[in-house]
Amino acid sequence: MAHDKPRVDAATGTTTTGHEWDGISELNTPLPRWWLWVFYACIVWAVGYWLVYPSWPLVSSYTKGMFGWQSRDAIVADLAGLKVLRGPMTEKLANASLADISGDPSLLEFARAQGKTAFADNCAPCHGAGGAGAKGYPNLNDDDWLWGGKLTDIATTITHGIRSADPDARTGSMPAFGRDNMLPKADIAAAADYVRSLAGLPADKGAQIDKGKQVFADNCAVCHGEDGKGNRELGAPNLTDRIWLYGSDKAVIVEGLTNGRGAVMPNWGGRLDASTVKALAVYVHTFGGGEKE
Amino acid sequence: MLADPPVVSSAGHTGGKAPAAAAGAAAMAADDEPLYAARPKIYPQKVSGTFRRIKWAVLLVTLGIYYLLPFVRWDRGEGAPSQAVLVDFPGRRFYFFFIEIWPQEVYYLTGLLIIAAMALFLMNAVAGRVWCGYLCPQTVWTDLFFAVERFFEGDRRARMQRDDAPWTTDKLLRKAGKHAVWLLIAWWTGGAWVLYFADAPTLVKDLATFQAPFIAYASIGVLTFTTYTLAGHMREQVCVYMCPWPRIQAALTDEYALNVTYRRDRGEPRASVKKSAVLRDKGLPAGDCVDCNQCVAVCPTGVDIRDGASLGCIQCGLCIDACDTVMAKIGRPERLIAYDTEVNIRRRAEGLAPILQLIRVRTLLYVGIIAIAGGIMLYTLVNRATLGISVLHDRNPIFVQMADGSVRNGYTVRILNKQPQAQEMTLALEGLPGAALEIVGITSAEAQRHVVEVGRDQTRELRVLVTLKDRPPASTNDIAFVVTASGGGETARTADHFRGP
Repeated sequence: MAHDKPRVDAATGTTTTGHEWDGISELNTPLPRWWLWVFYACIVWAVGYWLVYPSWPLVSSYTKGMFGWQSRDAIVADLAGLKVLRGPMTEKLANASLADISGDPSLLEFARAQGKTAFADNCAPCHGAGGAGAKGYPNLNDDDWLWGGKLTDIATTITHGIRSADPDARTGSMPAFGRDNMLPKADIAAAADYVRSLAGLPADKGAQIDKGKQVFADNCAVCHGEDGKGNRELGAPNLTDRIWLYGSDKAVIVEGLTNGRGAVMPNWGGRLDASTVKALAVYVHTFGGGEKE
Repeated sequence: MLADPPVVSSAGHTGGKAPAAAAGAAAMAADDEPLYAARPKIYPQKVSGTFRRIKWAVLLVTLGIYYLLPFVRWDRGEGAPSQAVLVDFPGRRFYFFFIEIWPQEVYYLTGLLIIAAMALFLMNAVAGRVWCGYLCPQTVWTDLFFAVERFFEGDRRARMQRDDAPWTTDKLLRKAGKHAVWLLIAWWTGGAWVLYFADAPTLVKDLATFQAPFIAYASIGVLTFTTYTLAGHMREQVCVYMCPWPRIQAALTDEYALNVTYRRDRGEPRASVKKSAVLRDKGLPAGDCVDCNQCVAVCPTGVDIRDGASLGCIQCGLCIDACDTVMAKIGRPERLIAYDTEVNIRRRAEGLAPILQLIRVRTLLYVGIIAIAGGIMLYTLVNRATLGISVLHDRNPIFVQMADGSVRNGYTVRILNKQPQAQEMTLALEGLPGAALEIVGITSAEAQRHVVEVGRDQTRELRVLVTLKDRPPASTNDIAFVVTASGGGETARTADHFRGP
């Protein structure tokens, strides 16, 4: 192969690499050699990573690395650290009575923060992220409570549930007056008219309020009270206020009278520890509807 | 250099016109030429003069500030840190003498960065790479490391000779001494850095007794390594290959800017002292440059200033000092190399008087931007509120219908107390007559007067409920929360809404 002199770029006096495109030639401006060594060092560093950390996938496993490092261990360590950090307050919360918590601003703040997380994890699927509820799932923000709105009442409800498997669960249900042939349809319709009038809702055309009043006194007052203000021992709702768990339309009330009502809330006592239940009770209480002891 | 050229194949010459088959040969030809260059070692010579003195002064002031500032105390009262300059990450505060910045006030940093950038631009428009030559940490630490090297190994010639000579005990001891002192300075550099992030005297004690947190030792280790490597070994390579500033600053200077310049109009044609004298006697043109190469010998980056401005030239002015020394010896006027402008070189060539035009559009623009950014920062700093309130309306539910028909809205209110002492604050609601305010967990003695105590230099989050007995006038009502420091102090307000059906 014939050899020749290197080309030198006239303008700069620099030799070219011999690469030329359309008359433009590449100047050979050499990089410092240490740059090359840094590049090799990076490759060696990468190999080091393979050895130290989990890296290569195998058929059913992967290379574990020299020290068995796992991201799961890191998060476990972080969570343990968090637990230590929260330790004194968690202990204080566990030993405090519900009344103590509401009287101590720092403990209240801690309980609310804990409660907020626990609520989002456990309660929000039914009661909504902000506790606003839905049809059949009570709004926890308002001041209408089926089973009581004091801190202790709320804690009891959370611990034992409503119509749950817990032997101490809150029980009592609305009978299915229609389905079980306890009342004829006409009586049910009249009772619905009367119930609406109790809450001050406008009467439909042809409403049989007087007849309904009689039906109510004979069948409903046992649980809901003579005046319809309900009974928290049985979870019988106050029928005179503005809050309706299922809705205030006559059809909805008739449906309830016909088929009964009996929604279930799980008992959380077995799943959550006592301090979490306390925190949840405080959080729900401070939505704003909580009642004073 | 061309006398004994490396060989390349003829395919290299045909270039783009070569058939595809010749491409492999062309690639081979390229391989014959080295693509990586060994680094020429630079042995800057000792120099004295005006600019060397300026550089020593800048070095003393900047390093003095850097190493000692963490120990300066500033009384902020009980419970507050007493360090003048402190970045308190765990406490999320930044202290600078009488200024205390909270994380949400990080926009002051934006202002500082704008001012810093414009100051750099202004420096370039007035006097070139002042930053590179005098102020850059790389320059300052490298200068210090050069001084240490000179102390142990002597000046340029001695160092060059010793590096070429075989190893002896003397050489070993000198080298070892130099590296030991370098490492000590590097370690102290890292050590000073971490003192800005914790109480300096306490941390020094903790570091000495091995009680300091791991991150402190790790930071010191990293900075020791970088200082030792960058200032001791990498030196001008950082400026030429690693730093983006030379590229940017080259675009910021112009023909009116003072730059370290070889006055080629005066220096050329160069010749030795004797030859120049002969030429002058004959009345032939002879330049002042005697080609003694002192300007190159003292250069910390190894460039030849006589080639004109270049990427490698950090414009430290040491070649001015070197050349002035030579000029004084040979009895020619000083400042053959000087801070000069391209405009003046042209003007002198045309026989015109040199001019210095500092007030130009770009300098005025930079000064203007610095003044505006600085003015805004100063104004906001002087008028900085020490009381604040933020409100977040509940998103779910937006409002709550109560059993008696009244409507309630929930809010998360956060009150900020930037005062150095705890304060009692009164929270009030405006814009919704008849509405009742309630703070969860706080029962107020007086009706509708809600007093909250907020700790010194802290915030306090509150859950606030606003209830209106009747249906609100509209589905969205404008309201405002007002917080007032007790004793008729500062007031802060924030607008929000009261929602209803």
